[in-house]
Amino acid sequence: MALVEIRDVYKKFGHVEVLKGVSLDVAEGEIVTIIGRSGSGKSTLLRCINALETIEGGEIRVEGRQIHAKMPDLRQFRQRVGIVFQAFNLFPHLNVERNVTLAPLLTGGIGKAEARALAEDVLTRVGLADKIDAWPEQLSGGQQQRVAIARCLAMKPHLMLFDEVTSALDPELVGEVLKVMEAMARQGMTMILVTHEMGFARNVANRIVFMHQGRVWEEGPPAELFAHPKTPELKSFIASVK
Amino acid sequence: MRSFAFVDLVSLVTAVQWTVLLVVLALVFGAPLGLALATARISRHAPLRWAASGIIQLIQGVPLLGLLFFFYFGMPVFLGLQVPALIAVTVAYTLYTAGFLGDIWRGSLQAVKQAQWEAGACLGLSLTQQFFHIIGPQALRMATPPTVGFLVQLIKGTSLASIVGFVELARAGQVTSAATFQPLLTYSVVAAIYFALCLPLTLWSRSLEARLNGAR
Ligand SMILES: Nc1ncnc2c1ncn2[C@@H]1O[C@H](COP(=O)(O)OP(=O)(O)O)[C@@H](O)[C@H]1O
Ligand SMILES: [Mg+2]
Repeated sequence: MALVEIRDVYKKFGHVEVLKGVSLDVAEGEIVTIIGRSGSGKSTLLRCINALETIEGGEIRVEGRQIHAKMPDLRQFRQRVGIVFQAFNLFPHLNVERNVTLAPLLTGGIGKAEARALAEDVLTRVGLADKIDAWPEQLSGGQQQRVAIARCLAMKPHLMLFDEVTSALDPELVGEVLKVMEAMARQGMTMILVTHEMGFARNVANRIVFMHQGRVWEEGPPAELFAHPKTPELKSFIASVK
Repeated sequence: MRSFAFVDLVSLVTAVQWTVLLVVLALVFGAPLGLALATARISRHAPLRWAASGIIQLIQGVPLLGLLFFFYFGMPVFLGLQVPALIAVTVAYTLYTAGFLGDIWRGSLQAVKQAQWEAGACLGLSLTQQFFHIIGPQALRMATPPTVGFLVQLIKGTSLASIVGFVELARAGQVTSAATFQPLLTYSVVAAIYFALCLPLTLWSRSLEARLNGAR
C-alpha cells in the first residue's frame, strides 16, 4: 500500500477548475518531484494532501486514511505531515528555539525539559545548531528556510511536502537548503516536492511528475523522463527550463 | 465668595478617584467585550462578523455624550429601569471602550499575515492555540500604541460624565470654580491633573514601542 494515494482528485476555485482528475501514488521512502508551468496546479495539489484545501471530487488517502478538512483528528494528522512553503513563515516574535519547539510543546509531544534538546537535535540536522538563540530577522533567507524545515522535523513527520522552497532565495543560498533536503532523502523520509531546480529533481528524485493544466501529464524516472519526453508539452517545458 | 484654597485642591484630587474608577470600570468590562468584538470581526462565520461590525459601527457612530444620555436618561424611560448613575455611566463607557478597542484590535489581528495562521495549522495547532501563541502576541505589539492612545482619550472622555451629574474631576472643577470665582486657576489645576494622568501613559507607550521595535 502506498503511503499517499491520490485518486481522481478534482478541485475548483470558484468556476476555475484547477485540478482535473489527478491520480498519484507515493510509496514510503519515495522522493517524488512535481514539475510544471506556473498555474498548472502543483501548489494546490500539495495543499490538498495536507487538507489545507477541500476537494470537490476523488479522494486522498495517507497511511490508508481518507484525508479531508473535516476529519476529526485533522490536527494529529497534520502533526505527521510537514509542509514547507516558498515563504518561510517563521514566527517573528519567537526566537529560533521557540519557533522549533512551540508546536511540540503545545501538542504534548514533549515537556519543557526536553525542548532545548529537541531544538538542538533538529537544528543540528539542518546545520544551524549555532543559531538556536537567534531571532528569525537576524537570519538569511536560506537559514530561515532551514529553520522552517527544522520546525517540521521537530514534529517527527512521516511525510514532507515542499512547495518551491528555494524559489524565494538568492541563488547562492539555494544550495544549503537543497543539501538539507538531500540529507533527509538519504535518511529515508518520504518527500513530495515541487521545484524548479531541475538538477535536484534529476539527482535526488525517484520519480518525476509533470503536471500540465491540472492533470498529471507525464511521469516516470528522472533519467527517462528528461531524456525521452513523450508529450510535446513536456518537451517544450524541458526546453524552457534548460 | 472665597479664594482658591488648599481645601479646593484636595477636593479636586479627591474627585480624581472617581475619574480613575470610571476608567477602570470601563476597561474591566469594555476590554474583554472589545476582545470578543475583535475576534468576532475576524470570525469564519459571516453572521458573527456582520453583527460585530454593526455593533462597532453603531458605537463609533454615536457621540459619547449620546451614549451617556441614552443610558442615563433613556433606560428609565424605555425600560422603566431606575438605575443608579454609576451603573448607567459604566454601561455607556463600557460600550464606548468595547467599540473602539474592538476596532483597534481587529485591525491589529488582521495586520498579522494570514500565512501565520496557516503555519500554525500546518503544525497541528488548534485555532485557539494559533490565536494565543502566534497571532495574539504579534497583534499585541501593533495594538499597544493605539490602545494607549485610546486610553488617554478615555481618561479625558470621562469628563463628559459630569454632564449627567457625576462628580468626577471635571464636575469637581465646575463646583470649585463656582465657589471660588477663580475659573482660570481652577481649570488650570484640573487640566494639570488630567495631564498628569495621561502623561505617564504616553511615556510608557513610547518606551514600550521602542522596546518592541528594538530588542524584539
Ligand atoms: N486560493 C485561490 N483562489 C483562487 N484561485 C487560486 C487559488 N489558489 C490557486 N488558484 C489558481 O489555481 C491555479 C493553480 O494554481 P497553483 O496550484 O498555485 O499552481 P502552481 O503551483 O502550479 O503554479 C492558478 O490558476 C491559480 O490562479
Ligand atoms: Mg505554486
